[in-house]
Amino acid sequence: MKVVGALTALLLASTTLSASAETLRWARAGDSLTLDPHAQNEGPTHTLAHQIYEPLIIRDHSGAMQGALATEWGPKADDPTVWVFKLREGVKYHDGADFTAEDVVFSINRAKSEKSNMKELLSSISEVRAVDDFTVEFVTNGPNPILPSNLTNLFMMDKGWAEANDVVDVQDVEGGEKTFASTNTNGTGAFELVSREPDVKTVLTANDAYWGKDDFPLDVSEIIYTPIQNAATRVAALLSGEVDFIQDVPVQDLGRVAETEGLVVKTAPQNRVIFFGLNQGADDIANDDVEGANPLADVRVRQAMSMAINRDAIKQVVMRGQSAPAGMIAPPFVNGWTAEMDAESKTDVDAAKALMAEAGYEDGFSIQLDCPNDRYVNDEAICQAAVGMMAQIGVTVNLDAKPKAQHFPLITNDQTDFYMLGWGVPTYDSEYIFNFLVHTRGDERGSWNGTGFSNTDIDEMIVSLASETDLDKRNDTIQSIWNVVQEEQLYIPIHHQVLNWGMADKVGTEVSPEDDPKMKFFTMN
Amino acid sequence: MLAYIIRRVFQSLLVLLVVGLVAFSMFSFVGDPVDNMLGQERTQADIERLRSDLGLDKPFVVQYWRFLEQAVQGNFGLSYRQGRPVSEILVERLPATLELAFVSGILALVGGIGLGIFTAIRKRGMAANTIMTLSLIGVSLPTFLIGVLLIYLFSVELGWLPSFGRGDVTRIGNWWTTGFLTDSGLKALILPAITLGLYQMTLIMRLVRTEMLEVLRTDYIRFARARGLRDRSVHFKHALKNTLVPVITITGLQLGSIIAFAIITETVFQWPGVGLLFINAIQFVDIPVMAAYLMMISVMFVGINLIVDLLYFAIDPRLRVDRSAGKTT
Repeated sequence: MKVVGALTALLLASTTLSASAETLRWARAGDSLTLDPHAQNEGPTHTLAHQIYEPLIIRDHSGAMQGALATEWGPKADDPTVWVFKLREGVKYHDGADFTAEDVVFSINRAKSEKSNMKELLSSISEVRAVDDFTVEFVTNGPNPILPSNLTNLFMMDKGWAEANDVVDVQDVEGGEKTFASTNTNGTGAFELVSREPDVKTVLTANDAYWGKDDFPLDVSEIIYTPIQNAATRVAALLSGEVDFIQDVPVQDLGRVAETEGLVVKTAPQNRVIFFGLNQGADDIANDDVEGANPLADVRVRQAMSMAINRDAIKQVVMRGQSAPAGMIAPPFVNGWTAEMDAESKTDVDAAKALMAEAGYEDGFSIQLDCPNDRYVNDEAICQAAVGMMAQIGVTVNLDAKPKAQHFPLITNDQTDFYMLGWGVPTYDSEYIFNFLVHTRGDERGSWNGTGFSNTDIDEMIVSLASETDLDKRNDTIQSIWNVVQEEQLYIPIHHQVLNWGMADKVGTEVSPEDDPKMKFFTMN
Repeated sequence: MLAYIIRRVFQSLLVLLVVGLVAFSMFSFVGDPVDNMLGQERTQADIERLRSDLGLDKPFVVQYWRFLEQAVQGNFGLSYRQGRPVSEILVERLPATLELAFVSGILALVGGIGLGIFTAIRKRGMAANTIMTLSLIGVSLPTFLIGVLLIYLFSVELGWLPSFGRGDVTRIGNWWTTGFLTDSGLKALILPAITLGLYQMTLIMRLVRTEMLEVLRTDYIRFARARGLRDRSVHFKHALKNTLVPVITITGLQLGSIIAFAIITETVFQWPGVGLLFINAIQFVDIPVMAAYLMMISVMFVGINLIVDLLYFAIDPRLRVDRSAGKTT
């Protein structure tokens, strides 16, 4: 017993808070996959890259665009197919090299190359040319009015550094390469890489030569980033003061964190909407018990299923208040979103039953629902709730919940008829949603459209959005497409996800809808 | 003896090959890595290209053959998730797991044998009964629950010990990192080691106790007592030695499972070992890492079993006699 007592005293004595006030100890569930800024188009990878590298334009924590390495941009007055970017002068990379137009040309071409995971966002760009050291022109195939919003995660590397270290090509996992750029960095950002052990710990330190020293708080002098996968451990690390900031507080622990002295939870709507997709295109579907017909092909059935969903109940019971019921599959920040459409979903079991009877399914049918169990907040629980709600209108749902690595291939390979999907819109424009979720499935577009919906008029309208420079006309087209999506009940919207960031009260930040904190905006006091 | 070892090594190789085959036949059920590797904006053409570049469109037997070809040359490929050589990642992660397993193993062995002897000798004592009752907790509570309970008690409520990670590590030689040499490294070891070792400790304790009680009833112990030997000598020289054979078997097998099942403990404590690596690999469908990890674990199990078999020879003279007797006839 004495030994235990002595040990206890020893431990107590040696437990001290070692961090200084300006160190931000940051944890989230996942780690960045690579330091090569063009190798992965993925949230945690971009988030870490944003501290070290910079794009021409970034979004601040409210989602608004602001210049980073570009100071001004706009289409050329006499030619809408050319965008002109004025670059910030006097910016230096961490190794001291100057940032100039040739770095932009190099980076864009690198990101457009075959092995890059960013190339789809740049597919409209046919040429990038340097006019002078601080002016760059982007030539697009046809006018592209929303080009800037495709560039907010497109990081600028130094041409000279890339050539010197043989990383002109993007890291290529399939080719069996490990490249210098995947483990080393040379950015213009507010923080420099000090050390990194993937999945364990990444340390960054403030860049003293940062161009924005006077424009941003820059209170954080050091960042220690440690992924903590297990949700309970992550929360425990925040509660015990071992980390200052966690990005994903599980909904069941929000109360606990918020009630703890010295901790705060900040909440904001996320740029992600959760919904169900229905295979309406097939003549007969495999995962139901109706022979020779597809009940989902009838718009009345789809409407009835939407009416059966009690979104408020899901919000209160499954999400513990942490969601916003949705009536359309666009997050509220997105161009084309309207409050009216987003409020359209109403629960009405009686009307739903009447619609089912009208469609000839008064006795209902049974169908399989495919659902991920490790991708969205409480994804499986939402599906379980939906099973009970569908039963009220006679639709017997067999739930099949799987890890995301097995769920998503079902959608892309047309192997599911009723599925859950979540969608974020990095460009903040409806075109992105239409391209992936509404356009007929093909090589170029519609890769996530598992509904079998195909309408050539709509397809033409969607394609026209890419080059329509008259923004009013473009917005009208967007509204007409949304009208069809809503009338057709193409998808059954559930809710908009909410982000919960937990932090020590000395940390000051707003929650960014992309879930990508940029530490240069953080205050520490 | 030598023939026996050679025979066992051949059997072990066969086991390894079969494990690999079974593993590869299961990978297709884990999911599709291509979806994780390409972003949400990928086109159908990207998917096809990557799949054929990685050879995922081939039957699993072909994939397995390719893996074996490379593995024989010491090349385990590149992690789909991290884009770094798998062998490099494994070597980087292995010290953390081995140190944790080592401390847990010592804890389980010392604690288990000590408490086992104690509860056997004082079988009617108050303390022994309490220990026996508490040991039920160790046997029946799932590992992750013990881990989370320890974190809430010692990290959140008392603030004594860290809840995650390995603390500061010191590099020894080219690739070994150790947490034994720093304060924070040692503190970080305590909770995970208890979590991982508790089950094994209670298991060994109960085993030693039962064996000991059994042995204490035998005739030679009675003779020993009749000879007027001291209790101490009877208990430790005569009784304990004879309880050790089954204990070594179990300990050997459990050492393997301590390393293999460190997965749960490592996930709870974000312990940067191979178990956590494996969990991440499953979620991402990182086939090269999964394959290499499973091969490594099976090599370890096979090796441990071999060593345990050889230890029998050393400890139990009867085995040696039987075998040589069998050969001469």
